[in-house]
Amino acid sequence: MRLDLRRIDRVGVVVALIAAYGLVAPFALFRANRIVQGEGRSLLSALPPSLGMVLMALVIVGIVLALLRLPILVRLVTSFVVLAGLAIAIGGAATFLTPAGNTYARVSPGSGFWMLGAAFALLATDSLARMRPTAWLRIAFLAATAAAITLILTSDLWSGLSLMKEYVSRADTFWMEAGRHLTLASGSLAVAALIGIPLGIFCHRAARIRSVILNLLNVVQTIPSIALFGILIGPLSWVAATVPGAADLGIRGIGMAPAFVALFLYSLLPMVANTVGGLASVPRDANDAARGVGMTDRQRLVQVELPLAFPVILTGIRIVLVQNIGLATIAALIGGGGFGVFVFQGLGQTAMDLVLLGAVPTVALAFAAAVILDAVVELTAPANATNRTAPTAGKEATA
Amino acid sequence: MRIGLPLIIRLIVFLLLVTFLVMPQWFAPLLQPLTENGGPPVYVQSSLLSLTISHLTVVFAATVAATIVAVGLAILVTRESGREFLPLSRSLVNIGQTFPPVAVLALTVPMLGFGEWPTLIALFLYGLLPIFENTLTGLTTLPVSVMEAARGTGMTGWQRLTKVELPLAFPLILGGIRLSIVISLATATIGSTVAARTLGEVIIAGLQSNNLAFILQGGVVVAALAVLIYDTLLFAERVVARRSGLNRAA
Repeated sequence: MRLDLRRIDRVGVVVALIAAYGLVAPFALFRANRIVQGEGRSLLSALPPSLGMVLMALVIVGIVLALLRLPILVRLVTSFVVLAGLAIAIGGAATFLTPAGNTYARVSPGSGFWMLGAAFALLATDSLARMRPTAWLRIAFLAATAAAITLILTSDLWSGLSLMKEYVSRADTFWMEAGRHLTLASGSLAVAALIGIPLGIFCHRAARIRSVILNLLNVVQTIPSIALFGILIGPLSWVAATVPGAADLGIRGIGMAPAFVALFLYSLLPMVANTVGGLASVPRDANDAARGVGMTDRQRLVQVELPLAFPVILTGIRIVLVQNIGLATIAALIGGGGFGVFVFQGLGQTAMDLVLLGAVPTVALAFAAAVILDAVVELTAPANATNRTAPTAGKEATA
Repeated sequence: MRIGLPLIIRLIVFLLLVTFLVMPQWFAPLLQPLTENGGPPVYVQSSLLSLTISHLTVVFAATVAATIVAVGLAILVTRESGREFLPLSRSLVNIGQTFPPVAVLALTVPMLGFGEWPTLIALFLYGLLPIFENTLTGLTTLPVSVMEAARGTGMTGWQRLTKVELPLAFPLILGGIRLSIVISLATATIGSTVAARTLGEVIIAGLQSNNLAFILQGGVVVAALAVLIYDTLLFAERVVARRSGLNRAA
C-alpha cells in the first residue's frame, strides 16, 4: 500500500514528533530525598513490565491515529484516552519506583511524561479548536476534566507522587492559602466592578474627563506590580495607625490589604475601558429609538445601553479575573498570602515540588476562569454581534 | 491603551530619567525622607544604569523572539498550506497569555536554572498574543482590490507577501509589538525573584529591607521607561501608517 501524503494530518506530524521524543526521554525522576538531583527512569523501567508495554502500545496507536486524517471526534477521544493512560501510569510509576517503607524517596514526573502529555494535550487542543464547541459544551468539557482530576486526587492513585506528599504535609495551609488567593483575586474584582462600571458610565457621558481618567489608569498599569504592592505599604500603615477602627478591619501595612488595593487599582482600567467601549458600541439607532418612545436618560441607560454593552463589560471582567489570579501570586512577597507562598518558599529552598504545589493550582484556576468566562461572554453576546473589538484590544495585562 | 502626554512633559521625563540613572546621588536628599532608620536613599549594590540596560535587553530579546514567532505563525496560518494550523495557533497563543508569568518562572526554573532564561521565556509567552492577533488582523483585512491587483500583475505568492501584504500590515504589527513591549517592561521586574538582573532587583531589595525609597525608584524608572517607549512607538506607528497610505482604524 502506498502512503499518500495528502492523507497525513500536519498538526499530527507535530504531535508525533513531540510524542516520539517523549517516548525516549525519562518518564519519571527518582530522588533519594526531597532536595537532591533526580535520576531519570525510562518508560519501560519506570513501570511494571506489563503496564509499561501497554502504555507504550497506547502511545504508538495514539501517534498513528493523530497522523491520519480521521474525524475530529476520533482524534479528540484518542487524545483523552492517551492522556488518561498517562495519568494512571505516572501514579503507577510512583508506587513501583518507591522502595517499600521508604518515606524519604521522591518520585516525580520526568521530561518524557511532560512531553507525551504536551503532545496529546496539543492534539486535544487542536481537536477542540476545530470542533468549535458551543459555550455549554466547553463548560461541560471543563467540568468533566475537573471531575476526573478530583476523582484521581481523592483516590490513592497519585499519592506516591512527590507533589502529593508535599501537599499532604501542608494540607491545612494549602486550603488557607487557596482561600486567600481566591479572596484577593475575586474580592478586588468585585470592588473594581462596583466602582469601575459607574466610573465607566460617567466617563462615557463626560468626554473631557474620560481621557484624563483613562490616561491616569493607563499609567497605573505601567507600574510594576511588585513596586505597587510596596508603594502601598506606607499609606496603609498610616491609615491603620491613624484611622480609628481601620486596624480592627484587618487593614495593615503589610499583608493582604496592600495586595488587595494594588489588584483593585490594576483591575480598574479594564473595567472602566470596557464599560466605555461597550457603551460606545451601542448602535445609534437603538438610542434614537429609545428616545423616540420617550424614555428618560435613566431608563435608556438601564433598559437599552447597559444590556447592549453587557458582553463587552463582561469581557473586561474576564480579563481582570484571569489577570488577578496570576498577579495574586505576587502578594506572597509582601506577606499577603495566596499560592505564591508555596512558589516563593519553594524557590528559596530549591524544593521544586513545593514550587509546583503553588504554581499548578494557580495555572488551573486561571484556565478554568478563562474557559468559564469566555463561555459566559459568548452566551450573553447577541448572536449577530459583529463589533466584538474589545477582547483583544483590552487584553493588556501588567504583572 | 493611550498615554498621551504633551511633548514638553515627555522631554522633561526623559531628561529626569537619564539624569537619575547616571547621577542617582543627586536625588539622594529628595529620597532621604522615604527611608527609615538611616537606610540608604539610593540603591548602590549595583549601578542603576547597568540594571536598566540589562532590563531593557531582556525585554528587547523576548520581544524580538515573540515578534519572529508570532509574525511567522500568522504568515503561516494565512497561507493555503498552513491553514490547518490556524485553530491550534490561536488556542496556543491564547493559552500563553492565560498562563500567569509567575507560574511560568516557577515551572521553567527547574529546567533552565536561576537567571535570565526563565524571565525570557515568561515574557516571550506573554507577549505573543498581541503581536499574533494584530498581524493576523493585518493580513486578513487587506482590501480585496489591492490583493486582486497584485495577483493581476503576475506577482508570485512570495512577492505578494513581501511587497504588498507585509508592508500594508506593518503599522498593525508595530501596534502589537508596542503592546507586547509595554506589558513586558513591567512584567520583567518579577524575573528578579529568580535572580534575573532587572530593575526588579531594586524593588525587591526595598521590600526586603523595608526601604520605600528603593521601591519607589525601581517602580518609577520602569513606569517612566514604559510611558516613553510607548509614546515613541506610537509615533513611529503613525508615521509608518501615513506612509503606507492605507487608511485603517487600528
